[in-house]
Formats: sequence, structure tokens, C-alpha cells
Amino acid sequence: MIKKKIPRHILSAGLVVLPFITALICIGFGRYSLSLPDTVRILLYGINSGKVSAVEKSVIFSVRLPRIILAAGVGAGLSCAGAAFQGLFSNPLATPDTLGVASGASFGAVLALLFHGNLITVQVLALFFGLLSCAITYNIGKLHGRSSIIMVVLGGMVVSALFQACVSLVKYTADPENELPSITYWLMGSMSGAGYNTLLLGLPFIFLGTMIIYALRWRLNILSLNEDEAHSMGMNLQIMRLTVIVASSLITASAVSMCGSIGWVGLLVPHMARMLMGSNNRTVIPVSISLGATFVLIIDTFARSATAAEIPISILTAVIGAPFFIILLKKTGGVWT
Amino acid sequence: MNFTVKKGTFSYGGTPVLNDISLSVNSGEVLCILGPNGVGKTTLLKCMMGLLKWQHGRTFIDGLPLESYSQRNLWQRIAYVPQAKNSAFSFTAFDMVVLGRSSHLGVFEQPKEKDRDIALTAMKEAGILRLKDKLCTEMSGGELQMVLIARALAVNPDMLVFDEPESNLDFKNQLIILDTIRKLADVKHISAVVNTHYPAHAMKIGDKALILNRDGSSDNGPVDQVITESSMRKTFDVQVHINDFLYQQKKYFDVVPLFLV
Repeated sequence: MIKKKIPRHILSAGLVVLPFITALICIGFGRYSLSLPDTVRILLYGINSGKVSAVEKSVIFSVRLPRIILAAGVGAGLSCAGAAFQGLFSNPLATPDTLGVASGASFGAVLALLFHGNLITVQVLALFFGLLSCAITYNIGKLHGRSSIIMVVLGGMVVSALFQACVSLVKYTADPENELPSITYWLMGSMSGAGYNTLLLGLPFIFLGTMIIYALRWRLNILSLNEDEAHSMGMNLQIMRLTVIVASSLITASAVSMCGSIGWVGLLVPHMARMLMGSNNRTVIPVSISLGATFVLIIDTFARSATAAEIPISILTAVIGAPFFIILLKKTGGVWT
Repeated sequence: MNFTVKKGTFSYGGTPVLNDISLSVNSGEVLCILGPNGVGKTTLLKCMMGLLKWQHGRTFIDGLPLESYSQRNLWQRIAYVPQAKNSAFSFTAFDMVVLGRSSHLGVFEQPKEKDRDIALTAMKEAGILRLKDKLCTEMSGGELQMVLIARALAVNPDMLVFDEPESNLDFKNQLIILDTIRKLADVKHISAVVNTHYPAHAMKIGDKALILNRDGSSDNGPVDQVITESSMRKTFDVQVHINDFLYQQKKYFDVVPLFLV
């Protein structure tokens, strides 16, 4: 842990600045490459009315900026949701997929793609099925009016399997010439569809969910204690759990609806945060948000600029994430054990 | 504070566990609960604190029924010390103790300087200030149990409820825990309800004792009247010899199990 070495206010400032600096650097990368000063000049174009060509304007403002915002938002959101689920289930392996939300949302989106639905349909259906799967999981987990954590996890597995089967069914019935490739590609996750319309529909939900979890970050510690202990801290457990579950599901479903399913982020980033700063969710949540935004920004920049064709982002998060995670695990021995 | 249970009854499914239990604890008193394994001692603690619902009977705090207190209000007065078990995440001792401030803070509130000070004081009282930055997952059972006691003290409660605080500990740690409970009752007038497996421990720190029998019935009263050779024989099917002796002008009790009956 590096906790002691850094004073709190410097750390907070660093956390806020980090994703912005990364974004500034990442925005210059790509086929049409821009230096950092150029990037800044173009971004400030509205303010100091410098000389900016139409190409520069369109590359930065219509193509890259929405994508950068999307990557940062989704990274921050998924990491925050991951950390929240891990606290909630007091299970270091819990991810946004634990409740079946990711599968549910994927099914909704795939269903919309099958019927050639437009962007709004994809998002609405993804959100709808995401929250639906969350509701089903929550109800499976409720026994005798109390919800037990282990039942919720099992319920999540069942719901997840169910919706994955549904996704397979949709793929099976899809036209292999044009629908199937687009569905498959979308399932692997891509930020290439990013536009301000997409952002406007999905980002507010991610922002809302993240803010709720951020506000409850200290309470997450209590949720990770055992049931009676948590209860004896004077909290309304049911309401608190439901709030965290809904907030996290909201984040996951909107992320899936905007850019497909992106694996690993929700697991990897909170663990990095914990290894760096210790397990207190008061720091884990803000650090996860900041690192998550930065991580996905970097990965997505790599995805769009490393090769001529775009690499699906889930492949990258796994290929880069898995070995990195193994190294971290070996190095620290996993601080949660 | 007066804490009273009147005619509490509880059953799991159809099997009665607790039958017509009554007890009462006043400020500065320690009540020890004894009974064989699986008889429902933990269930009794949970029922009396409202973590499980009595099917009949009620718990009263200062004459008012438990249900009339808000959750926050209730858990500002009672603090629960569970058996030391580790969670999946490794909080530092200090972070763990600060969690005890929860019932004093609003839902979205973060612990403040004042709460951190109270947590530090609680750790000092429990004598574990040296463990401040140690991870709970790296502690011995005795250390972790003291951290949980400190967390309960950070609540500033009128009553502490312990679930077998000294089982699984070596004798030095057992003495530390028992002395701490007694000291808190004598000095700070914090009453305590303690589940224990050891009649000798009950005699050491208890003012009152309650024995739970297999049939759900119970005997309760002053500790030296309740814990007797005949009551131990009846409850545990064990013949014991209760021995008291003076050591440096102080009276001690020893309960020696002799044989099964």
C-alpha cells in the first residue's frame, strides 16, 4: 500500500486530474495524429478563436471527443459498479455480471439489433432487460422476506445463464449475412458507435449511478460485514442494498447499451485500487472511478489506433488485463485474503 | 438503562427454541447466558436485540418496547460484539473501529474528525492503540476480538451484547476480554449480556446468570444461585465441582467438570 506516503489532498487532486490528462494525450492518437499543443489549440478553438481547419475540427469534435467521453464514462462507471458489487457481496470476485445485469442488458440490445432497431431502441431495451434481470435476481434472493447474499449470487448466476441462452438463441436465428456479424461484433464491445446522441441517452444514468455509490462509499464497508453485524450498525440494510444494486445495475445497463459488453474492467480496476490504497471503500470508490476512466481510455485508444482495423475492446481488456492482473496478484499475494 | 425481556418465545419452523424467557439487566450489571451447544444462546441474543422477531413476548428498553425505537436510536444504545470472524476485505483496525460510528451518522455522511477521535479513544480503552494500522485479516483471534469490542465502544452504548467473546482464545486473551467486560461495567456503567460456554467465566464476571435448557425453558437470577452443582448437572448432564478459594484476599471460583451423568 502507498497510502501513508501521499497526503490526502494531493491524492484527491491527482485522482481528479489523471483521467483528464490521459484524455488529452489519447485524443491526439489515431490515423490523423495530433501533437499535444495542437490538441489543446483545437480544443480551445471556441475560446481563443485560433486557426483550426475543418478536418481538425471534425476529427476532434465529431469523432474523437465523444468517443473519449464515452470511454472515460464507461470505464469510471463499470469500475465503480464493480467495486460496489464486491463490497455488497463481500466477495472480491463479484462483478457487474454477478447479478446477471450485463447478460440481461446484452440480451435487450441484441434483441433490438435483430429487429434492426435504432440507437434509442437498443438503449431502451438494454436498460429494460438489465433492470429486469436485476429485479428477477433480487426476488430469487429474497427468502422469508429477507434477502441473503448467497441466494442473490446464485440467483444472479441463474439469471445470467438464462439471458446468455437467450442471446445465443437470438444469434442462432439471426441472418448470418448481415445481422449476425453486427451482433457478434457488438457483443465483443466497441466504442466506435459513439456520438453525442448515444452519450446523451446513456451517460446521465452512469453519472447518476456513480454519484449514488460515491455518496454511499463509506456505508459500503458496513454492507460487506456479515448480516447481523451490518444490521447492528443501525442501518436499514434492505433499502441500502437495493439502492446500491439499482445504482450499479443502472450503470452496467447503460454502459452495455452504449458500447456492448466490456469485460474485466469491473474486476480489474477495483482490485488495483485496493492493492494500491487498502480496502476501505471510502478510498476504493474514488480511486476506482479515476483509474477506471484512465484504464478504459488507454485501452480504447489502443483498440482504435494500434492496427488499421479496430480491435474489439473486450479482447483487449482480457489480453492486457489478464496478465497484468496475474502479475499484480503474484506481487501482492492478493491483499484481501 | 434498564433492558428487560418479558416472556419471549421463539421457534424455528415448528421447533420451539426459546420458551417464555424473561430477563432484566440494569446499568453496570453483567448478565451471563449459559447453555449447551445448539440450545439457542445466539438466537436469544438476536431475538432480544430485535435481529429476529419474538413470536410472543417483547423486549423493553427503559420501559418502552424495542419496536418504538428507531433503528438508529436503538443501535446508539446497544452495541453488538459478534464472534470474531474475518470478512473478505482487509480493513485496518482503525477503519474497522470507525465503522462503529455508523449509527451516529446520517446515511450520506462521512465520518468526521470527531468520529475518528472517538474511535481512537475507544481503541485506547480497549488497550489496542498499537494495532491501529494493522490489517484485521492479519490479526490473531484475540486481537480481532478486541478490535470488535473497540468498535462496539465507539458506539458509546449503554449496553454491550457479546456472543461467546472468549471462545477460541487462549487463556491470557480470555482474561483480557473478561476483565475488559467487568471493567466497563464497573467504571463506565455499561451493562453487558454475555453468551459463554464457561460456568467459571460467568461466575467471574457475572452479576446475574441465565441458563437455557434443551426444552427451551430457562432459570435466571443472581449468578451464585443459578450456577450450582445441581443446575449444571441438569443442564449439561455433567457432574461438576464448584470450588471457591481466596488468593491474595480475593475470592475466585473454579468449576471443575468431573464426569458425565
